[in-house]
Amino acid sequence: MKAETKNILPVYRRSSFMKPAFLYNRSLRRGAFILLFVVLSVFAGSLLTPHDILGMDPVNRLSAPNGSHWFGTDNVGRDVFSRVMYGVRLSLIIGFFVTAISAALGLAVGLIVTYSKALDHILMRICDGLFAIPSILLAIALMAALGQKPINVIIALILVFFPSIARVVRSQAMMIKEKVFIESLRAQGANAFRIIFLHIAPNVMSPLIVQVTHVFAASILIEASLSFLGAGIPEPLPSLGNLMYDGKLAIYNAWWMTVFPGVFIVLIVLGLNLFGDGLRDYLDPKSKKLNGLEKAK
Amino acid sequence: MSNQLKETAKEPLLTVKNLRKHYPVPSFMGTKKEVVKAVDDVCFEIYKGETYGLVGESGCGKSTMGRTLLRLIDPTNGSAYFDEQDIFKLKGQGLRKARKNIQMIFQDPHSSLDPRKKIGYSIEESLKIHGIGTKAERKSLAMTQLLKMGFSEEHYYKYPHEFSGGQRQRIGIARALVLQPKLIICDEPVSALDVSIQAQIINLLKSLQKELQISYLFIAHDLSVVRHIADRTGVMYLGNLVEQGNTEELFDNPLHPYTKSLLAAVPTIKQNVNKERIVLEGEIPSPLNPPSGCVFHPRCPFASERCAREVPKRIQVDAERMVQCHLYD
Amino acid sequence: MTYGKEKELLRVENLKVSFPGPGKDIQVIEDVSFNLHKGEVLGIVGESGCGKSVTAEAILQLLDKDTTRYSGKILLKGLDLLELSDREMTKIRGNEISMIFQDPMSSLNPVQTIGKQIAEAIRIHQDVSKREAKKRSIDLLRRIGIPSPEERYKQYPHEISGGMRQRVMIAMALSCLPSLLIADEPTTALDVTIQAQILNLISKFQKDLQMGVILITHDFGVVANYCTKVAVMYLGQIIEQTDVNTLFSNPLHPYTNGLINSIPKLDEDRQKELLSIKGAVPSLAQTPKGCRFASRCEFVTDRCLEEVPTLETLKNGHQIRCWNYNDIRKAEAVYV
Repeated sequence: MKAETKNILPVYRRSSFMKPAFLYNRSLRRGAFILLFVVLSVFAGSLLTPHDILGMDPVNRLSAPNGSHWFGTDNVGRDVFSRVMYGVRLSLIIGFFVTAISAALGLAVGLIVTYSKALDHILMRICDGLFAIPSILLAIALMAALGQKPINVIIALILVFFPSIARVVRSQAMMIKEKVFIESLRAQGANAFRIIFLHIAPNVMSPLIVQVTHVFAASILIEASLSFLGAGIPEPLPSLGNLMYDGKLAIYNAWWMTVFPGVFIVLIVLGLNLFGDGLRDYLDPKSKKLNGLEKAK
Repeated sequence: MSNQLKETAKEPLLTVKNLRKHYPVPSFMGTKKEVVKAVDDVCFEIYKGETYGLVGESGCGKSTMGRTLLRLIDPTNGSAYFDEQDIFKLKGQGLRKARKNIQMIFQDPHSSLDPRKKIGYSIEESLKIHGIGTKAERKSLAMTQLLKMGFSEEHYYKYPHEFSGGQRQRIGIARALVLQPKLIICDEPVSALDVSIQAQIINLLKSLQKELQISYLFIAHDLSVVRHIADRTGVMYLGNLVEQGNTEELFDNPLHPYTKSLLAAVPTIKQNVNKERIVLEGEIPSPLNPPSGCVFHPRCPFASERCAREVPKRIQVDAERMVQCHLYD
Repeated sequence: MTYGKEKELLRVENLKVSFPGPGKDIQVIEDVSFNLHKGEVLGIVGESGCGKSVTAEAILQLLDKDTTRYSGKILLKGLDLLELSDREMTKIRGNEISMIFQDPMSSLNPVQTIGKQIAEAIRIHQDVSKREAKKRSIDLLRRIGIPSPEERYKQYPHEISGGMRQRVMIAMALSCLPSLLIADEPTTALDVTIQAQILNLISKFQKDLQMGVILITHDFGVVANYCTKVAVMYLGQIIEQTDVNTLFSNPLHPYTNGLINSIPKLDEDRQKELLSIKGAVPSLAQTPKGCRFASRCEFVTDRCLEEVPTLETLKNGHQIRCWNYNDIRKAEAVYV
């Protein structure tokens, strides 16, 4: 063989996907920072809580933030700080499970429909139907049907959110399916299973991850809204929404009952959104600076 | 070169007969059933160790035809005998076995490799799919192939985006070779590459053929490239194989009016005064509405009334040349 | 053939275009100089990344306004285009200088009829009524070789073929009778038989209107048949420039020679091995210290690695950017 073919220039492009450039993305940094703050403060808070979340102390009801009750007390004397800490944990746990299971379900549905037109029609129409109903109304309806228990909150929210993930996965998978390397695999005789799970799935991860962060944020908000309306986490278990509901009645006398849970809701959702935006920009190949060079022809 | 081959291999490696691929077009209100004849009644053979070039412009069906041979698209009609078996009739295990011997190289180097897999994995995967060897054996086979293409060991662990177009095309070739196929279908393998890289790849393919006695079905629209690499060439127009023959003779003395005009249209550096200057008028007709009789007759400077009526037969002008044209009847 | 200064249409002097990059600026094109007279066709050849499209876009200042940095001079009939304001530049585009692009499908508005698009091109620069513009468009369509232009006027880009779309682009470009036409790979995306039609059409109009044409391509066959002079670019620099006959009978730069010899040709020996240039085009972000072609050159010497060769102009106007061209000429077999 000719010597020319052996004379290949060393690879001149950058060598890995995940570069420290990850940390240079502003949104990503800020979002991660906020989330970290929330998580750490919750950990710290839970360790330091001297009070029982359900413990009523009518004598000290509606007292402003002070030495022994850092966030004050509510209308029946419960320690707002401990309740907020518990609420944040609960919301995060619910958000996590909803997101994880929706992601898995959405991923499965989005991938499977690329291979069967019949399944595509059926499943996507179901998703479209669920998607068409405003999330909060759908959530309320489902809670009414299932009964008011924390586990049902999770189930209801999964049904509310998985269609959006399925859609994102499906659209990306459809695009990937048209790529030449998939055709090459088919020419090799690869079966559908291999193609879907080993090749299409890894390539839909980027938009999926971004969508997942947004779903996490949305599930926090919807759960809070549900609880605020009295249709979510049942009393007296504190969730961020419940706390807001309790605070609503005493909002003029005891601002601390609404402000603290509210601040945490804002921080979590903000952090997640920033993180998601940053992640999207980071993973989007078109925004990578190197591509600016490609334009120069 | 092809004379040598004729003596050593009288039995063709691949015999394609009456291949048709028709796409039904669902018409409005179900009135008339229309068909798009992407490939219409094509017959040809490929011998061991030779390159068969397939040329034509867009819509001629050459890519579709390449894909039917790999069963990426299923033909409407016809047969393709390879190793004494009709590929079009195979299913399941039989089909998988046949696929070991026929591989493909694709046009677009930028999407022909899974961006999320290291290239070593992509090359090994064919072996895995066919259940060949143990993990270690597969890796070693893939690595050998990669080194043969001029890469070094560390490249095995890199991702496609770290390589240039020409390098990716080489990786695609390595992937095709790892199964030691008898026939490789090359679908426009150099069209997307820079001119100086094209030469590298063409030279590489030629030397591989000499060394391994592989046959190529070389599909391309660039006539100069095909002339350089193909032993025999077929010219397609709107789904029909209008002329076929030994490359040198076909290019020096084209018989079909379309072949003549195709060659005349290619701008050359040296003005060849002997070239019959035929500049075709009009556009390539839509395959949805093909002309009656000979598909080329509306643009043919030599068309007669018979051409509009009757589809021309395949005429064997001599041992090697076939033309589908009334002028030679 | 020498032209007087009055006939000089375009003169580009030491054009440099750079974009901001990670760290320092990236020089996309550098030290690009050429001139064009009425009736001349300048071919700019090179592979991807060489900067030929950027050069064309720079003339019309189509590159990103905020980040692109230009230096040098672009003189259109004596007027420096780089000194003009945005408003003044829009009067030039489509009017004095027109451009047609490689992919007609993405250059035409898919939701507007082709007739309307041509009419719009006319009305941007000429003060005519809608009816008059329509009349002129139909006339243009006819002259561009499109049959039944009145019907075609109402069609959408996706309803016509690629060749026709390119003709529509040409019609739009020529609607205001520009003195300079820039064609950026106008036939690369088209079939060979259509390519011949389109190039002949451009050639015909060029002769009728005595336009100057800049034809950007990677196809040497096109260059040989349609250009009067040629500039070969590599990694942002012009490495050789001369009239078309000299380029093919006596290419001096090893890159030019390598390129010409690496292309399979219909009229040469089939069995001849194609010359291939080793390696690949380096990235613009890592332009080497000396001659940019040094890493791939068979005739590289120490000087090549250290100093960027200057563009030398020979007696007959042939420009060459290479330290060793004299020695190479004696050693190489040239494609004759």
